[in-house]
Amino acid sequence: MKRHALSTRIWHWLNLICVVILFMSGLNISNAHRYLYWGAYGFDPADAWLSVVRFPGWATIPGYYNLAAARDWHILMAWPFALGLLFMWVAMLLNGHFWRDLRTSRSEWRPSAMLADIKAHLRLDFEHEGAKFNFLQKLAYGLVLGVFLPLMVFTGMAISPGFEPAAPWLVDMFGGRQSARSIHFLTAWAIFGFFIVHIVLVLLSGPVKQLRDMITGGRDAS
Amino acid sequence: MRRRSIIAGMAGLLAAGCSKVGKSDTGSAILDKAEDWHRRAHRALAGKQALAREYPRSAISPTFRGNGSQTVDTDDYRAQLANGFGDWRLQVRGLVETPLSLSMENIRKLPQRTQVTRHDCVEGWSAIGEWTGPQLSLLLDAAGVKEEANFIIFRCADTYNGGDYYESIDMVDAYHPQTIVAHLLNGEPLPEKNGAPLRMRVERQLGYKHPKYLTAIEAVASLDGIGGGKGGYWEDRSGYQWYAGV
Repeated sequence: MKRHALSTRIWHWLNLICVVILFMSGLNISNAHRYLYWGAYGFDPADAWLSVVRFPGWATIPGYYNLAAARDWHILMAWPFALGLLFMWVAMLLNGHFWRDLRTSRSEWRPSAMLADIKAHLRLDFEHEGAKFNFLQKLAYGLVLGVFLPLMVFTGMAISPGFEPAAPWLVDMFGGRQSARSIHFLTAWAIFGFFIVHIVLVLLSGPVKQLRDMITGGRDAS
Repeated sequence: MRRRSIIAGMAGLLAAGCSKVGKSDTGSAILDKAEDWHRRAHRALAGKQALAREYPRSAISPTFRGNGSQTVDTDDYRAQLANGFGDWRLQVRGLVETPLSLSMENIRKLPQRTQVTRHDCVEGWSAIGEWTGPQLSLLLDAAGVKEEANFIIFRCADTYNGGDYYESIDMVDAYHPQTIVAHLLNGEPLPEKNGAPLRMRVERQLGYKHPKYLTAIEAVASLDGIGGGKGGYWEDRSGYQWYAGV
């Protein structure tokens, strides 16, 4: 059996492209109004809960301030990103990846077990018998796939005035349009945080094999 | 430091690559398509007549931010402003059976719609205000829009950075119940910075689609040859999306 299913590998690389372009074009969009608010409205920097830094050109798409072009990229990549995530969830539920590898069990949530797992990670010991992922991996991948990535899609829909009439409850769920915008921003940085930790751990745990396996599928150890 | 410059270099390369693709013909065609998909998806999911959210009066923002043009820099406008827009005319023209020329008094006497809605600027901020005015559909029906009309153009008195401000919407949004020609904001005549004496409200789209200082409503078959041909001041000048519902 392959270590990574074909659907996982296709989605993983497609999602990487989408997330990078969405994130960098998002930073350009953020430069247009660098203040975040809670609630339904907000326009006065004095009412902002956060004043965002101006992101430099090398970090944004395009590489200079252009709200229209940045929005073009953001609007385009939203489609493969959202549809890809839907595809991944259907594939994970059908091929058993979710039930077998990502679902946590009650015993894993015991503080002693969690602590042991954290200690093992700090020792850079990534061995875990039987299961494909240890608890922290399940938690991280579960959070990203089940919470952060879907949150980006749903908060994105909620800040779109043309979509709001289709599901006004979605905007309410996030506490108003400006709250949804704030959550969109915060979640983007949560995904960025995951991205950094993910890359560091790949580098620490045999990057060549990890990369090769995510392309070819590799072979399952068990 | 070296790793950081490599990351910056890679990001820069991607940014430059995307800038290049966006400027190519194929690239910009794909980007335009994505905007079109969003419009279709929104209308398929919500329906063509679905209403933008309306708020209770208690939700109205303490002030309503003015943005973009905040006045019309002509002597004629200043004179009109001083006399309460007694001589302001709104033309309804183009592909119509009976062109109209309406005074403010005519507009105030029409059946009115009042709606408390949220204004979302493309930059990211929002403000809530109560708008009052006749529905655009009323004016279009009174003038008798011809079959071949596909778009409604809004002409404005203001110029912004040296260009005539104008905008356009399709017939779906033109006949949407919340598309109104507003002359009151929060029960008062429109303030100068918000587009006195008349501005459009197109509630399911971003703020740049709601032109201020409205002078004429024009029914046309195509956007070709109007302004830069892309359907609006921001579309022509900065490449903004014609469908501004995203």
